Amino acid sequence: MHHTLSVLVENKPGVLMRVASLFARRGFNIDSLAVGITEDPTLSRMTIVVSAEDTPLEQVTKQLHKLINVLKIQDLDPKEMIDRELVLFKVNAPPERRHEIIEIANVFRAKIVDVGKQSLTIEATGTSEKLLAMEDLLRTYGIKELARTGKIALARGSKDA
Amino acid sequence: MRISGAQALVRSLQNEGVEVVFGYPGGVALPIFDALFDVESPRTILVRHEQAAVHAADGYARVTGRPAAAIVTSGPGATNTVTGIANAFMDSIPMVVFTAQVATHVIGTDAFQESDMTGITIPITKHNYLVKTAEELPGVIKEAYHIASTGRPGPVLIDIPVDVSKGEIDYVYPDSVNLPGYKPTYKGHTKQIKQAAGLIAKARKPLLYAGGGVLASGAWKELKELAELMQLPVVTTLMGKGAFPEDHHLFVGMPGMHGAKYTNYTITETDLLIGVGVRFDDRVTGKLSSFASKSKVIHIDIDPAEIGKNKAADVPIVGDAKNVLAAIVAELRKMGAEPHTDAWMRVIDDWRSRYPFHYHTPEGVLMPEYVIERIRELTKDRPTVITTEVGQNQMWSCQYTHIREPRTWVSSGGLGTMGFGFPAAMGAQLGRPEHLVIDIAGDGSIQMNIQELATAKINHIPVKIVILNNGVLGMVHQWQELFYGERYASSILNQDIPDFVKVAEAYGCLGLRVTDPADLDATLLKAFEYDGPVIVDCRVPSSENVYPMVAPGGSIDEMLGGIPGGPVSEMLDDELLEEVWE
Repeated sequence: MHHTLSVLVENKPGVLMRVASLFARRGFNIDSLAVGITEDPTLSRMTIVVSAEDTPLEQVTKQLHKLINVLKIQDLDPKEMIDRELVLFKVNAPPERRHEIIEIANVFRAKIVDVGKQSLTIEATGTSEKLLAMEDLLRTYGIKELARTGKIALARGSKDA
Repeated sequence: MRISGAQALVRSLQNEGVEVVFGYPGGVALPIFDALFDVESPRTILVRHEQAAVHAADGYARVTGRPAAAIVTSGPGATNTVTGIANAFMDSIPMVVFTAQVATHVIGTDAFQESDMTGITIPITKHNYLVKTAEELPGVIKEAYHIASTGRPGPVLIDIPVDVSKGEIDYVYPDSVNLPGYKPTYKGHTKQIKQAAGLIAKARKPLLYAGGGVLASGAWKELKELAELMQLPVVTTLMGKGAFPEDHHLFVGMPGMHGAKYTNYTITETDLLIGVGVRFDDRVTGKLSSFASKSKVIHIDIDPAEIGKNKAADVPIVGDAKNVLAAIVAELRKMGAEPHTDAWMRVIDDWRSRYPFHYHTPEGVLMPEYVIERIRELTKDRPTVITTEVGQNQMWSCQYTHIREPRTWVSSGGLGTMGFGFPAAMGAQLGRPEHLVIDIAGDGSIQMNIQELATAKINHIPVKIVILNNGVLGMVHQWQELFYGERYASSILNQDIPDFVKVAEAYGCLGLRVTDPADLDATLLKAFEYDGPVIVDCRVPSSENVYPMVAPGGSIDEMLGGIPGGPVSEMLDDELLEEVWE
């Protein structure tokens, strides 16, 4: 099962390595990891997606808590989180097929960010599911290159009060 | 006044009350050793191998409860500390290891004697630091000692580039630390404590299972109080040896692979296992699914990650053992709980009388168990610290010593590090100068750090090394005999090489040899009375195995060797239990 962990850490050198190596030595494969500084420049937020059963994951989060630089860990509830990913697709686009690709981009509210002689580069954001659907469609044209940021996520704001 | 980073380091050690530094210099460590040269305290002990520096700091911490320091140079000096650090990490021993590093401007260039020590030691330290400026050094040292010695203790490494040691600062030692991500829980949850007390008050066959956490927490008084109040039998793990007096009528031994049968029966039959500062290690539990399978589990530990890691807990209590045990005792007193383990203790005592440790002595042969028994008897009336190496010597020491004082037993538990016992004994001797310190060694293990005889001799550290010399790597040999068709691959040493008596003499120490059991007492006493380090080379047979033994992966009540008996289902006198309980 996929879990999305939101981990608040001190923004210091080596913290990423401490976190990543903990997952590795406890036998977990990280599906994606995105990290950046937060509203407080002394802190960074890591969004880590891992496939794991609940019990071993609980052990890893407990071990994560023991890292001195880790301040807070949330295992985000998929129903109660906002998650986004950004993807850049460089797609094969001979002039005669460009309009089809642009149409697909529009349907997904994506942007054309670069136009080459034989390619278009599209910037798309959204949930992982949406981006996968888009990738499937674009594959027909031939994806020359692809880069994705990995998921970032926050818990939804409280609905009460 | 401006002082150098190295001088700031020394002052910080003084501020932390560090009395002794174990070290070995080298290129980029020179500024630090130069600063140490000026001071009386901390005293610097020059070892002969960096691994020994860390083991010595480890032994010191185990007998005093206080972290010492190891200081080494970069590159090979630093990587030589890795085994020692891993050993301290596995056994939760507080220490701070200072490694010198190449200058900041050449870090990352594969400079001479450069190694990425913070990278290498991430998995084996509680925390580590690479210090980039001299200004931050005092604060880092303050944090390091705080982290090493609080919560679940452990080693912390500080990597100090040579330009940081040489840099000049205005020295101020901070009086507090700010670590928002580090807040150990000391006080147990009130509801859980009540629940635990309720279970203890009602249990018919309760058992305290105490480990190294009791010693780390300094909770032996509270442990004894709880045990005596409710007349609870107590087992202590290898790491917990000494947390409960081993001559106490409630003491039921060490559980696990080479525990006594009666100890393992007791665990298998208990209906309430109260784990205190333990981690349900595989050498204790054997096959997990049958370990204490009839029992509810109360698990007290300061590290939440230990609770439920190997064995699910019915009542998990995160907190400091001292606090939690005191709170449980207070709760039981408030409830007016009465002990009712009379029947249970009679069952255990019956097992104990039927299944003691035992060994056969062929006429005139010096048996390893006998050597340890005699050490035990000859040191009965004097304060003694026992350290061990790893293997058969360690397991026989577990079985045949009776540790009565907390923090006088020093043995490598989790990592099982051969070569630990002797340097740890040096550290222990410096921590407890009035105690007789004895390293019970094997002829394999002792050769892993035998060069420290020089350190012991030159620094007047009068430890006594008793080698159970059987000419083989005993535990490996035993496993090969039992599980590898007696194919003794790479486990045969040679009883005569080296000649340990001559080795001792070459280092200016006293070397003694015993082959006849009739000479043992006199030789041991001579060693104990000698004012200086001694090796006693005890020639014991290679055929002797450690029994009883749980086969790897087996249930702990089904043991090989020893007096025939078990599993526990066939051993229990249910009628006695019913009769007395009613």
